[in-house]
Parts: sequence; C-alpha cells; structure tokens
Amino acid sequence: MTGKTLAEKLLSAKAGEDVRAGDYIEAQVDVAMAHDITGPLAFQTFEEVTGGEGDLFAPGRTILTIDHHAPADGVQAANNHNAIREFAAEHGAHQYDVGDGICHQVLIEEGHVAPGDLVIGADSHSTTYGGIGAFGTGVGSSDLGTALATGELWFRVPETLRFVVEGDLPEGVYAKDLILRFIGDVGFAGCTYMAAEYVGSTVESLPVHQRLVLTNMAIEMGGKTGLVPADDRVARFLEAETGQAVELPAPEDRRSDDDAEFASVHEYRAEELAPQVSKPSNPENAVDVGEVAGTDVDQLFVGTCTNGRYEDISLVASVLEGETLASGTRMVVVPASGSVYRKLLATGEMATLVDAGAVVQAAGCGPCAGYHQGVLGDGDVCLATANRNFPGREGSMESSVYLASPATVAVSALYGEITDPREYDGLPRFDDHALAEVEA
Amino acid sequence: MTDPSTPARAWVFGDDVDTDQIAPSRFIVSSDPEELAEHAFNDLRPEFAAEVEAGEFVVAGTNFGSGSSREQAPLALAGAGVAGIVAQSFARIFFRNCINLGLPVLICPEVGNVSDGDEISMDLDAGLVENHTTGEQYDAEPLPPFLQELVDVGGLKAYTKAKLAADRE
Repeated sequence: MTGKTLAEKLLSAKAGEDVRAGDYIEAQVDVAMAHDITGPLAFQTFEEVTGGEGDLFAPGRTILTIDHHAPADGVQAANNHNAIREFAAEHGAHQYDVGDGICHQVLIEEGHVAPGDLVIGADSHSTTYGGIGAFGTGVGSSDLGTALATGELWFRVPETLRFVVEGDLPEGVYAKDLILRFIGDVGFAGCTYMAAEYVGSTVESLPVHQRLVLTNMAIEMGGKTGLVPADDRVARFLEAETGQAVELPAPEDRRSDDDAEFASVHEYRAEELAPQVSKPSNPENAVDVGEVAGTDVDQLFVGTCTNGRYEDISLVASVLEGETLASGTRMVVVPASGSVYRKLLATGEMATLVDAGAVVQAAGCGPCAGYHQGVLGDGDVCLATANRNFPGREGSMESSVYLASPATVAVSALYGEITDPREYDGLPRFDDHALAEVEA
Repeated sequence: MTDPSTPARAWVFGDDVDTDQIAPSRFIVSSDPEELAEHAFNDLRPEFAAEVEAGEFVVAGTNFGSGSSREQAPLALAGAGVAGIVAQSFARIFFRNCINLGLPVLICPEVGNVSDGDEISMDLDAGLVENHTTGEQYDAEPLPPFLQELVDVGGLKAYTKAKLAADRE
C-alpha cells in the first residue's frame, strides 16, 4: 500500500476511516459557510429537510456573511441580507454584516477555521482555507442546506495534482504570478475533481497571506480544494490574527507521504518565473507580462478574496505614494475585510490611495462579479487583482479584464498601461503584517 | 421534471461555459427558478430564455458550469424546463448541484457530434444519448453507484430527510 496524500489524510480523519482517492464517503463537516447570494437558497433547503423545526448541526460553526452585494444595491439584495440576519438570529449562527468583509477573509481572520478542519462554503473560492492547512471546498446551496442540518456531506476523495516550486522568487514576482502560471500550464479544467497541492522551498517561504492566493485560485483550474501543508508559520499567523492558541495536527498528518501517489507532478524553479498576466477572458490565458505590456487600461481594480488583503493594498499604496493615477484611468480599491480597512486607515495608506485618485469602497466583493460599483462598460479594459476574467463577468460583454498581482496593477496605474512591475525600483517583499506586528 | 427520454431540441454550447454565462450575476439576487430562467444564457444566447421549451436539452462541450458555486445556474436551467444536460465534461460543483437538484446530467465525450437544433433524448439507465436527427447513438459515462443511489432516492434533500428520520428513531 502506498502512502497517502494530504487530501486523503484530511478526509480520512473526517470520515473516520481510511479513505483513498476515488472513494465516495460521508464526512463530518467542521465549518459551514454561506453568504448573501447562496444563503437564502440554502436556508430553504435546511427548512425543507428539517421540516422547519430542526437545529443547526453546530450554530457556532455555521458562519453567515453579507459580502457580495454589500451594501445592498437594490431591494432584492437588501431582502437577501435580511434573510441572512433573520436566519442567524433564529438559529444562533455566527453572522457578519455589511462592511465586515469577504467570507473567506473573515473566517480566517476571526479564527473560525483551523488547520485540519473540513470546511464547506457555498462559494467556489472556499478552496482558500487550504492556505492554512484546512480542507476547504465550494459547494452549492443544497449541499450546504443539508449539511447545516446533519453536519455531514458526501464527498468523492480527490486525486492530487502537485505543484513543486523550489528557490527564491525574483523581485516583482509573487504568489499571484505563480498561480496564474500554474493555471496557464494545466488549463482552466486541468485540476477538475482533484486537489491542488503546493509544496517546495518557495511555498514554505511564503507568508500565509501569499499561500492563500495559491489556494484561492485552485478553483480556477477546476480544483476541489487547494492545499499548502500547515506549519509553525500558520500557527503563529493565526495566533497573531485571532489571539487564540492554535494546535497544529501532528507533523505526519500535515503533509503528503513521500510515497503517496499523485495524478501528476509539476516542477518549477522560482528564479525562472516572470510576473504573469492572464489575458481576457479566461484565467488560463496567462502570459509573461512582457507579452501584454503597453496595453491601455481604463480601470484598475484592487481587492477580492484573492488579493484584497492588507499586504496587497499596502503594496499598492507604497507605489502610489505621492503620485497620481495616470490620466484617463480610474482605480477601485476594495479591502477584503473591515479589519483590513481599519489597518489601512490607521497607517495612513488609505489616505495615500485616495490622494492618488483611487475610489475606495466598503469591504466586500465589490465589482468582482459585476454586481455593483465599478461595473465595466462597452470597450472598457480593466486590470484586476481578482481571480476571474470571464466574458462579461465585471460588466459588459464588450469589456475585457486582465488578471495580475497587486504589484503589476500598482505599477500599471502609474502609466495607464500594463507595465512590467520590475521596471519599478523598490517593490516591497511580502511579509505577514499580523506576524510583523507581534514579532516587532 | 420533464422526461429526458422524450426526443426534443438540443441547444448546443461550446467549451468552458461558466456559471456567469449560464446565470449572469446581475440577475441572481433571486432564488426563484422561473425568475432565474428568464435570464438564462442572457448574454451568450439572448434568444434562449424566450424560445426554450420545456423538455428541451442543453448540450455542451468541455468544462460546462465552471466558475461559481451558485446553484442559481442549474436552477435557472431547471426553471426553464430543461429536461437534461449532456456535456463532454462538467465542472465539479455544477455537476454536484445538478445531481442534488435532480436535474439529469450525462458526461458524453461524443456529444460534440450534436448540432444545434438536433432532436435528442437521454437514456439515463443505459447511459446513452440518441440523436434522432442523425440516427446516431452516443455512449455516456454511467454515474458512479453512490451518485446513482442518490439520484434513485430522489436527490440530496430526499436522501437527507430519510437520514434525519432514521437518526430520530
């Protein structure tokens, strides 16, 4: 018998038996999350399966957020928000409101997810939780609604597609560039039904917020989950963020066995990587930034569950300090959470962004899926730190969205065209803000 | 749900049709299947919502339903009365949502031979798609036994209700 992958180990623990890729299992869920788009439909399912008189499997581990249309952009959105509030009040679920931020960011910041947990979220980017060593996966509202009642859900144990990156990332190259390259190499559907696992010395050296970028976008290659093995850095990060002690699973339960079987293994040297940009209208259209440098940009969008964290926006502020946006461009900045927003206010970085000409919105998903405030018109070109650039996603079918790292977006904002961030001297290297505060 | 063994028109789509294109996000504040159906494929095939009739089929290339977890996407197609979806491959969450909703789905690599407007039918038990316009038959992948069981008991909600009832006893 060969060894087990991390995905097999995490699911074995929750199934209470030794499970292998390809098995269909029922597993115990630790945390269940829904937001204002997917919650109301999940509540209908919950009421239906419980006959209107059931309890949540664990109110303290049921997390409801209001982030997609926040603040409400219409009556129906406002009514959905009220449905979230009423359900939370009636059943005792944890509820976050307008301005608290994007579900994935809030769940991690507030300590709702721990390494080793099985997290289901009615949002496809629930793969994000793998950045702290949890098994996070996106599900639909029926899945979520039934799991709220039983605390269990069926899963097919996934095969694992492994990405190994060794060496030091060059200046101007970040986790976002890594993941865009991975998606470009395996394709938009290259990891469908599988777990994406990211390992190697480069990944080990990444701060936690950068690891979350890798796992967040596992879904952009079809992944069921994205996983980075948890380590002491994750424990220290979570303790710094939440003030709570974190217990890591045993070392052998945090990573794949050396003799585990992988669907495929993709190896990279960090030094050989350039900043990446995904061209419209699919994340898999990743190219070295040089191939699209010079493309005129109308809107720059900094935010989302991929790259709306303090470190991301702080980097953009450092580039824009004392500068103004290139003529003819506009910038929308949306902090991923209220906590990120407050940090940016406290440091003065928010003022820097506004002085440079950026428009700042309440923490949440913002225009990422074309909901409100920042929607693109016919012919508009947007360069975004987001995870998706599907046709018409951020507005008009005649608009186009390019995806890049915060550094590429920031430097491009100075020139009004897609610009290689390596042309800018002194880009900050990422570190964990929360850790830096504690360890200073 | 309409019977997928009755021949009806196939609406053919290409590869990588994502949930934003099936149920555009600006319309998905609703959870009502019929309201959602009014906007199905709004940008990709604007005539779909007005012209689709109950019992017709959606046929697609690879990776159908990629993107968001929003169940509003398959719900919009169910609301439009779509009898079933046949694709060369599906995105994971979308596939799961269809099973959970009881919307028949088949993975069928040869379905690329279906032209828009062909009359097709699905034989779920045999795992077959029949093209009545060309006379061709295409083999589909059978559902894994666990999923077949889930479909047989009436979908995830029925399955969960039975489980909860058993737990109470």
